Amino acid sequence: MSAVAAPPIVAHSPRAETLRLLLRSKTFILGVLIVGFWIFCAFFGAMVAPHDPLVQSLDILTGPSSQHPFGTDTLGRDVLSRVLSGARDVLLVAPLATLVAILGGTVVGLTSGYMRGAADDVISRVVDAVLAIPVVIIAVTTLVALGSSTLTLVFVIGVVFTPIVSRTVRAATLAERELDYVQAARLGRERAPYIMFREILPNVSGPVIVEATVRLGYAIFTVAGLTYLGFGVQPPSPDWALQISEHYTLLSDTTNLGYYWTVVFPGAAIASLVVGVNLIADGLQQALDR
Amino acid sequence: MSAPEAPPALELRDLDVAYRVRGRDRQVLRGVSFMIGRGESYGLVGESGCGKSTVALAVVRYLPGNGCVRAGSIDIAGRDVLALSRGELRRLRAESVSMVYQNPGTALNPSMRVGQQVAGVFTVRGVAHKEALERARDALGTVQIADPGSVMNRYPHQLSGGMQQRVLIAMALAWHPTLLILDEPTTGLDATVEAEVLDLIAQLQAQFRTSVLFISHNLGVIAKMCERVGVLYAGRLVEEGPTDVVLHDPRHPYTVGLLRCIPRGGVRKDHGRLDTIAGFLPSLGTELPGCVFADRCGLAKDVCRSDEPPLHGLGSGHASRCHFHDRAAELPRVIAADFEGLAAVDRSGPPLLAAENLTKVFRQHGHDVYALTGVSAAIWPGETLGLVGESGSGKTTLARVLLGIVEPTGGEVELDGQKLRSRLAQRSEDEVRALQIVFQNPDSALNRRHTVRRILRRRLKKLAGLTGSAAESRLLELVSSVRLADRYLTVRPEQLSGGLKQRVAIVRAFAGEPRLVICDEPTSALDVSVQAAILNLLVELQAERRVSYLFISHDLGVVRYLSDRIGVLYLGRLMELGPAEVVFEGPHHPYTEALLSAVPTIDGGGRQRIKLEGEIPSAATLPSGCVFHTRCHRKLGVVCETEEPPLVEVEQGHLMRCHIPIEQLRAFNVTEGTNDSRKAAQPSIVRSPS
Repeated sequence: MSAVAAPPIVAHSPRAETLRLLLRSKTFILGVLIVGFWIFCAFFGAMVAPHDPLVQSLDILTGPSSQHPFGTDTLGRDVLSRVLSGARDVLLVAPLATLVAILGGTVVGLTSGYMRGAADDVISRVVDAVLAIPVVIIAVTTLVALGSSTLTLVFVIGVVFTPIVSRTVRAATLAERELDYVQAARLGRERAPYIMFREILPNVSGPVIVEATVRLGYAIFTVAGLTYLGFGVQPPSPDWALQISEHYTLLSDTTNLGYYWTVVFPGAAIASLVVGVNLIADGLQQALDR
Repeated sequence: MSAPEAPPALELRDLDVAYRVRGRDRQVLRGVSFMIGRGESYGLVGESGCGKSTVALAVVRYLPGNGCVRAGSIDIAGRDVLALSRGELRRLRAESVSMVYQNPGTALNPSMRVGQQVAGVFTVRGVAHKEALERARDALGTVQIADPGSVMNRYPHQLSGGMQQRVLIAMALAWHPTLLILDEPTTGLDATVEAEVLDLIAQLQAQFRTSVLFISHNLGVIAKMCERVGVLYAGRLVEEGPTDVVLHDPRHPYTVGLLRCIPRGGVRKDHGRLDTIAGFLPSLGTELPGCVFADRCGLAKDVCRSDEPPLHGLGSGHASRCHFHDRAAELPRVIAADFEGLAAVDRSGPPLLAAENLTKVFRQHGHDVYALTGVSAAIWPGETLGLVGESGSGKTTLARVLLGIVEPTGGEVELDGQKLRSRLAQRSEDEVRALQIVFQNPDSALNRRHTVRRILRRRLKKLAGLTGSAAESRLLELVSSVRLADRYLTVRPEQLSGGLKQRVAIVRAFAGEPRLVICDEPTSALDVSVQAAILNLLVELQAERRVSYLFISHDLGVVRYLSDRIGVLYLGRLMELGPAEVVFEGPHHPYTEALLSAVPTIDGGGRQRIKLEGEIPSAATLPSGCVFHTRCHRKLGVVCETEEPPLVEVEQGHLMRCHIPIEQLRAFNVTEGTNDSRKAAQPSIVRSPS
């Protein structure tokens, strides 16, 4: 007679359980819908838009009407069409920058968390030093030095976010390395890189994923901020931040409601994208924390 | 027991409780009925998942949000708890019922001084603040806290676990409740501390005539503490009766099986294998039309699967819910007892592993913490060296030093007479393969993101150099040797039960053909039936492969079952080292004597409880002379305080660190009858029914 008879395998694997929780989370679904809409627009926005976002006309600064639901801007371009097609640049730069930050931050965080000791001290102080300088100052300085292009923008934002990601990963790694399976791996003659990336990394992937979505939200803001300051996306792109940057001075005009439509609609678009990303982050966090 | 006029302290009638999981109600308690008279102590035992804690929660209506009482009634002192309004319930909880939980550390507020928390028990009932503090001081005195004034000014983290539990007991008893519910109150505590807390509870219970519902998985503790006991299985009370009767004449196959799993009465691995209970607890919410235990029962007939057995009264309050209660003792064994093939240990040759004068000093917050001091011991091939001692005695540190995970401050380790490097990274492949470990908690010891196959294949590749089909066939061989079905290879550890996880961990330790496996409390997180199966497995592997074990445990019955020799650690020093039988039978080192007397046993009696004074001293400020003198009940005098006794061989193979001459210790052993009187009782394990 065998000692191990009936099979008490838990029916639901943990991964399926997380997915099930996600699909039941209203927060997550709403976030996915909003972000999904803007991703769709980034690819096909120009096609669904009623007008060409770059074509100028003589109907400048007309308010919302049936012809132009979001009105027109200073060059007579249709604001609705520009909003619909303005997601492209930010949705290219921000996710790539986030990817750079996540890759860099994971390597740095895992290394300092797993090695501890002197390596950790050095890395942590460098991280602290970078975090002490405002993001915009580092970014603007670098962009001026290297010249603004999509590639440099991705690189600069990625590098600036790396220390922030590394802190999260380091904290998760510190807790994880105390677990017995890490000792067990050492007793199996595993080397440090294997233990860090194959044993520990899968177990800290939850915090890494949540961090990635949160960082994506910030990256969108940062891209928008730098574009607004003139260091990011360049004209004549219909980028939302660029639209705001081009028109915000008109808000001081009181007679025509400050031509609000030129600023409010692109602004709302940025806000909705960031809110959508953060809703996804919240949903993920709840599902992974259960 | 109960006075005729007063209603019983607690009465449950046909209590059905269900938890709603994934939109379906799953029954957790099935018609549980029992009664606790005034001043009575009632034990509730059963393995994990059988509903013990749910009873405790239901009684005070603390069920989680998805739990509900579907039928039945709960009366506390004659009041129907289920019918109470919010306000009345609050009053009831404040005045009539108290609870003490397993983990005292989380039950106290870490940011409040102890005095304030205890006083809170009184202020919440309308006592003025100043008077409340006064009464808090008295309450702490009642639980034998020597210096209540200073304890009141401390924060919970500044108290030891035993002290924290005393504080909680003081709070629970402060208002003299009718009913005290204790849910595994001593499970996290060391044996000597546990014994003190249990003594205290028993004494206070007698003093205040409090009724107690005592929940525990430890039958020894129940035997010591309770007049009557109920055995819970899959949410049904399967047997009930006076504790002595139930434990010595069990009439339900589950109780019979449970008792057979426990190594006791001095059984040892060469006496035979432990019995276990076949199969697994039915999963939550399974429909069980017949007897809840039928699927795992060796006596089950068709009637057991179709008809729920009634509670058969067996006289003097003993009752069993089994169709064949009169034949329960004939329950066939799941595992045949006879077991051959365990060769005697040959100590004439050189030892496999020898520790020479190992010392480890940790530096913590500017203090030196002496974790190990001059530990020397050897293990021969095929031998099991048991290691016992309370927490903080250095057991785990010793294991880690041997493995090379922690570097010793002094001393050395030899394998086959060759000095081992102290750092794991510098050891050769053969040396790493030779020493492996099975950790206490398989949840943290197995990577939860890797499948069982990946965990084991990787180890075979790194330690046995096997890949491809050679590795796969070796894997299947190993897995079948621990009786783990192939289909578990594709799942992740999280999807396995605790016992199966521990089997995976054992396979991993054996993948590289180790010479010595360190077992660090490998069964302490498991239920007794699973523990029995794991212990059997370890013995089989030892017989098959002549592997040696260093077996660390606080469960003396388990250590005795498995060990050839036993070492007793106290504050990082070996106090006694000798053949298992001698260490248990005496003459004892005074510390060993106290440790043995502290463990509550099912058979009870036998040993005079030796009360150790005070708490284990901190390893940062070790006592002078013999480190045990501060708590020793046999202290000779000044010599113990000034001179550290050496560890000397007092008789053949028996080493001891004590100033008291061996003749005198032997005399204590005889005159005080601490000699194990249970030895006469035939170990139940070798008797194989049918």
